Amino acid sequence: MAQPSSAPTPTIPQATRPPRRSLGGALRVLDVDTRLLGLIAALAVIWIGFNVASDGTFLSARNLWNLSVQSASIAIMATGMVLIIVSRNIDLSVGAMLGFTGYTMAMAQTQWLPNGLGLGLDNPLTWIITLLFGLVLGAILGGIQGFVVAYGGVPSFIVTLGGLLVWRGLIFQYAQGQTIAPMDPTFRLLGGGPQGSLGEVGSWALGAIACVAIVVGLILNRRRRASYGFQVRPMWAVVLVGAVGIGIVLGGVWVANAYPWPEALANQYAESNGIPIPPGGLIIPTGIAYPVLIMIAVTIVMTHLAERRRFGRNVYAIGGNPLAAELSGINTRRTVMLTFAVMGVLAAVSAAIQTARLNAAVTGLGVQNELDVISAAVIGGTSFSGGIGTIPGAILGAVVMQSLRSGMVLMRVDSPMQDIVVGIVLVAAVGLDSILRRRASS
Amino acid sequence: MTAIPQPETHATSTPPRTAPIVAMNDIRVSFGGVHAVDGVSIDLHEGEVVGLVGGNGAGKSTLMKVLSGAQVPDSGEIRINGQRVTIHNPRDARAHGIETIYQTLALADNLDAPSNVFLGRELVGGLGTLDDAAMESATRELMERLNPRFKNFKAAVASLSGGQRQSVAIARAIQFNAQILIMDEPTAALGPAETAQVRELIRQLKADGLGIFLISHDIHDVFDLSDRISVMHQGEIVGTVERAGVTTDQVLAMIILGKKPDEVTSEELAALH
Ligand SMILES: Nc1ncnc2c1ncn2[C@@H]1O[C@H](COP(=O)(O)OP(=O)(O)OP(=O)(O)O)[C@@H](O)[C@H]1O
Ligand SMILES: [Mg+2]
Repeated sequence: MAQPSSAPTPTIPQATRPPRRSLGGALRVLDVDTRLLGLIAALAVIWIGFNVASDGTFLSARNLWNLSVQSASIAIMATGMVLIIVSRNIDLSVGAMLGFTGYTMAMAQTQWLPNGLGLGLDNPLTWIITLLFGLVLGAILGGIQGFVVAYGGVPSFIVTLGGLLVWRGLIFQYAQGQTIAPMDPTFRLLGGGPQGSLGEVGSWALGAIACVAIVVGLILNRRRRASYGFQVRPMWAVVLVGAVGIGIVLGGVWVANAYPWPEALANQYAESNGIPIPPGGLIIPTGIAYPVLIMIAVTIVMTHLAERRRFGRNVYAIGGNPLAAELSGINTRRTVMLTFAVMGVLAAVSAAIQTARLNAAVTGLGVQNELDVISAAVIGGTSFSGGIGTIPGAILGAVVMQSLRSGMVLMRVDSPMQDIVVGIVLVAAVGLDSILRRRASS
Repeated sequence: MTAIPQPETHATSTPPRTAPIVAMNDIRVSFGGVHAVDGVSIDLHEGEVVGLVGGNGAGKSTLMKVLSGAQVPDSGEIRINGQRVTIHNPRDARAHGIETIYQTLALADNLDAPSNVFLGRELVGGLGTLDDAAMESATRELMERLNPRFKNFKAAVASLSGGQRQSVAIARAIQFNAQILIMDEPTAALGPAETAQVRELIRQLKADGLGIFLISHDIHDVFDLSDRISVMHQGEIVGTVERAGVTTDQVLAMIILGKKPDEVTSEELAALH
């Protein structure tokens, strides 16, 4: 704020500069997250690259549908990891928590509920009791770690490293290397698959609801800002943002519905329901898989928590300046503890998806998932210096990671090579991000 | 200049016309072996500005942190409007109407100005969702008064200038109808125009009946704004004087030599010049 002390200030030339029609200017008017756009661009490059290399297999409905299901469990946990890293902590135990809660949920539905309450594997209550039990257990595991971090003052790296060993150790202790299978049939739907999906009509209905929500949300937001007399986005910008949003939603639904049930399954279904099989075979659109549905729900809830709730605002404040947060009366300890509890719940959600999908709990469940989860959050723009990171970014980060892996599988790249590529991409992404950030701030 | 005028010095226990809104008695804080605050008593009345001055490390900030809940004292008592209170953390202090502008601006750099103003006391709507529009609107109104040229309501405060950040810190302190305001170097980062604005604001707040502790190294600021001046030296209060009864030279001598004006010899005073 250097300024001449008294003499009348000469007119500053830049103040009279006419507004330029540049890309940057347009983005500012649109009021969209440029980092997110960058991530989408990177994803587009990866997708198109693999599609060309695989002669169109990568962007087939089948592959995209599988990609969405494969991304779900990591993406769900990545949303929680964002809050953890934003508050300047880390959770290395998510994979072990996933394993432990997954294993316990398997025990619950195969042993405890049938033997204790007399609920068999096909009882309609089994899946929901099991799931709630798992979520509470996850909250407790995460909460314990969070308590030690926040109130005990032990660095989260150490606490969750310990947690990783303890939870994983407990699995081996009690499972003795055994696999628990099969899972409850209803519970299994949580893992996706043709039956564990919304189907054609359900998917379109959901898409329609989402489109309405986008339009209503944009209008309400604009009205609200206008009622305070704030500057609002020009109408063309609102329409553009809305149109892109609706386009993505409808495109996603269309792709999910373009993937039909496998022929054998469809024929079986036709037979058992007495439907005549048409000449080309019975085409049953799969629609959005339940794990993806869960991921969408988690994204909405977590974004709301991060951006529209005191809790989230406080998490970001703690990450930005822990002392300032403390001095402004925020209960920083409780807030940090809660981020770990939320992480535990999300690990349990992913555990349900993974056990359901495998139709079994194995002792290796969730091994090294922490690395994928942390990578997804970081590729999605979450910064270890604290205070910065978004939930949608982490989701995209997870999709980028999974796209790389899935693309390399299509290209028959073997697993060690996949790890090498993902490792390099991770470091390069963060390196590029910090260069751009530095340039933007100078 | 050989004769030293003898100003009237007030003991902190002087019975005032009204009960003080703040009375801190025999406060002690030590860090390891360092007695940062060593048996200090100080008080503040409604509509009064008490300037707190002293050299670097004299203990001013530490004393005020005790009042704002950022530092728990080893011993001593605090009375607010005559009532004995315990202040364990910043939330307790705020509950007693004490607001603080910290020397090292306690801002969350990654958040925007409205979020910082309402940090820890966010406005929420019906379902407990944050009401960002209302917070922005209130912040705009406040800034109209504090720093009319402030325009960056959406940018992270990390990208603001020192003076703009200072405005945000001040806005935060006065947004919630404080009764007692602690300002630790409020004009340190400001240009001349902004400094004048802050001075004007202090006068306004004083007229509104707030009690203000003003810490400043700018002796002219202190003389212009304070009713009384307390001088600290090595953790102790050297003396508390009526502004009207002293000269800047005398206060400077108290700051540097750590003695009351009547204890200073003319040689010591001469050595200062
Ligand atoms: N957290 C702390 N830990 C250890 N020593 C501290 C701490 N805070 C302050 N001190 C010490 O207490 C003494 C008083 O510090 P304080 O910050 O109160 O001084 P001050 O009068 O505000 O100085 P300045 O004018 O430089 O702001 C100093 O010797 C300082 O080193
Ligand atoms: Mg100080």
